[in-house]
Amino acid sequence: MKKVIMGNHALSYGAMLSRSQVIAAYPITPQTQVVELLSEMCADGTLEAKFIKVESEHSAMAACLGASLAGARAFTATSAQGLALMHEMLHWASGGRMPVVLGNINRAMAPGWSIWSDQNDSLSERDTGWIQFYCSSNQEVLDSVIQAFKVSEKLMIPSMIILDAFSLSHTYEVVEIPEQEKVDGYLPPFKPPFRLTTEEPHAFGGLTSPDHYMELRYKLQKDMEKVPALVDETGREYEKIFGRRLSQVDDYRCDDAELILVTSGTAGYTARVAVDELREKGIKAGNLRIRLFRPFPFEKVRQIVSSAPKVAVLDRNISYGHHGIFYQEVKSALYGQTAKPTVFGFIAGLGGRDITKDHFKEIVEYALSKDKAEEEIVWIGVKK
Amino acid sequence: MIEIRFHGRGGQGTVVASKILADALAKEGNYVQAYPEFGVERRGAPVFAFIRVDNKPIYDKSKIYHPDHVVVVDPTLVEAIDVTEGLKDGGYIIINSDKKPEDFKLPSNYKVFTVDATEIAVKHQLGTLAAPIVNTAITGAVVKILKLTKLESLAEAIREGVPNKAEDNVKAAIEAYEKA
Repeated sequence: MKKVIMGNHALSYGAMLSRSQVIAAYPITPQTQVVELLSEMCADGTLEAKFIKVESEHSAMAACLGASLAGARAFTATSAQGLALMHEMLHWASGGRMPVVLGNINRAMAPGWSIWSDQNDSLSERDTGWIQFYCSSNQEVLDSVIQAFKVSEKLMIPSMIILDAFSLSHTYEVVEIPEQEKVDGYLPPFKPPFRLTTEEPHAFGGLTSPDHYMELRYKLQKDMEKVPALVDETGREYEKIFGRRLSQVDDYRCDDAELILVTSGTAGYTARVAVDELREKGIKAGNLRIRLFRPFPFEKVRQIVSSAPKVAVLDRNISYGHHGIFYQEVKSALYGQTAKPTVFGFIAGLGGRDITKDHFKEIVEYALSKDKAEEEIVWIGVKK
Repeated sequence: MIEIRFHGRGGQGTVVASKILADALAKEGNYVQAYPEFGVERRGAPVFAFIRVDNKPIYDKSKIYHPDHVVVVDPTLVEAIDVTEGLKDGGYIIINSDKKPEDFKLPSNYKVFTVDATEIAVKHQLGTLAAPIVNTAITGAVVKILKLTKLESLAEAIREGVPNKAEDNVKAAIEAYEKA
C-alpha cells in the first residue's frame, strides 16, 4: 500500500511492522510524531505492544534495555539533547548486547538553542558500540527499521536509524508500506539466547574483572566487523521480498567519475541532482552516499572512490579541533592504499542551514580547480 | 517538476492544505514531497508550506527558492510580505479573496486568480464564523486552475485526510473548483 507520510511516521510504521513489543520514549522536537503515532497504535490495538511512559530519555533507554533483556523487541526514538541524556545507557545497550533499535532525528546540539538538523548529536555517540544507519528518504527510514532489527538481533548489537530534522522528519513523501505478512516472513520473532526470566535466573551486566572484560570488548568488535557483510546479505534478501535493495553505501554515477562527492542523509540525495546537472554540462561527477556509518564501510568506500582522481566529502558535522567526521573516515580508509585520490573536506548545513544543489556545484568547482585543498576545512555558506 | 509555495497564517490549516493536495497528487501516481516551513509555528503568524510534484522520484531535499506557483490562503499577507519572492515568470498566484485579481496590483508577469474560499467555508460551516477553515476550499480552486488532479482524487484525499465534517469539506472543495 502506498501512503503519503512524514519521515517520523516512517519510523513509527517501521517499528509497528517489526512487531515491536515494548516502546518507551520521551517526547522532544523534532521527534514527537514518532511516538505520538506509536502510542495511538498501541491504544487502538494496531500494535500489540507495551507503551511505557517515562520521565526522561535516560529512563526511556533503561526501560528498553530491561525489556530487551526479558526477550522483548524494544524500540525508542529521540533527538539531540535527548540522545545526549541517553549516553550512559547507550553503552549499556551495546556492552550488554541488547539489540534495541532507536530512531534519532538529527538535531543540532544546544547552545545556541536549535531544533534544526545537523549530525553532531548522533556522531557524538559514534564510539558507543551502536550500528548507525543514515537515511535519505522516508522509504529508506521505514525499510531501515525492519532491516536493523534483523541485523541487530542476529549479532546482538543495537542500531540507530538516523534522519535529518525537518527535511526528512517533517517532510511528506510517498512510501510503500509493506504487508505485515511479508515483514513477518523477513523478520522472525526475537529469540535471544539468554533472557531475564524467573524460571531460569541470570544476572546481566555484573562486575567484570580485568580477567574477562577485555574479551567482552574483543567479541563486540569481532561481531561489529560482521555487520557490513550482514547488511548486504539482509539487504539483498529484503530486495527479493520487497523490491528495494538496502546496502552499506549507495553509489551513483561513480564508475567513470573524475570527482566523487561523499555524502550522507538528505544531502546525499540532493547531491544526485547536482551530479545529473553537472554531467549534462560534461563534468564527470559522481556521488557516494554513506548509509552505514558504524561500522564504517571501509572496503566499499575504498573500492568505489579509489578509481576517481578526486574525492570531496561533505560533512554536516564537525569534530572541533579536527575535521568533518566523514572526511576523517574517508581519509583513513584510503591511508596506505596504492591508488590514493586527493581528498577535500567541506562543512555545510550546521544547525539546519539548507544544503542545496548549488552548494554541491560550488564544491565540485572548488575541488576540480585545485590540486589540493588550500584549507584543511572548506566552509560552505558560512558568514565570516 | 512543479514546485508550489503556500502562504497562510498559523491556525488556518495551510500545512494540511498542502498535505491534502500531495495525497491527491499521489493517488494519480505522481511522486510528491510536501513540507511545512522548518520552524516553530504560532497562531496568526505567517506560515509557509511547500509541495514538489513530478512523474519521477524527487531527490532534491533542499527548500524551494523558485516556486512555479504560489497559493495565498490569507489575502492580508499580500500586503504584509512579498508573496512573489523567487516566483518564476509566468507563475500563477491564487489568492483566497472576494476581490478581483486586478485589485491586488501584482506584477504583470504573473497570472493572478482569486477565489472566495472564505465565503465557501462559511457557507459549509467549516470552522467558526470568526475563524473559518478555508484550506479544503482553496485546494479545490488550486486543482482546477493549475490542472493538477481530477476533482475525484481531491475529494478522495479530503475524505481520508480530514477527520471532521469530511463531506462538508468535500462540498466546499467542489464549489471552489466550480467557481475557480
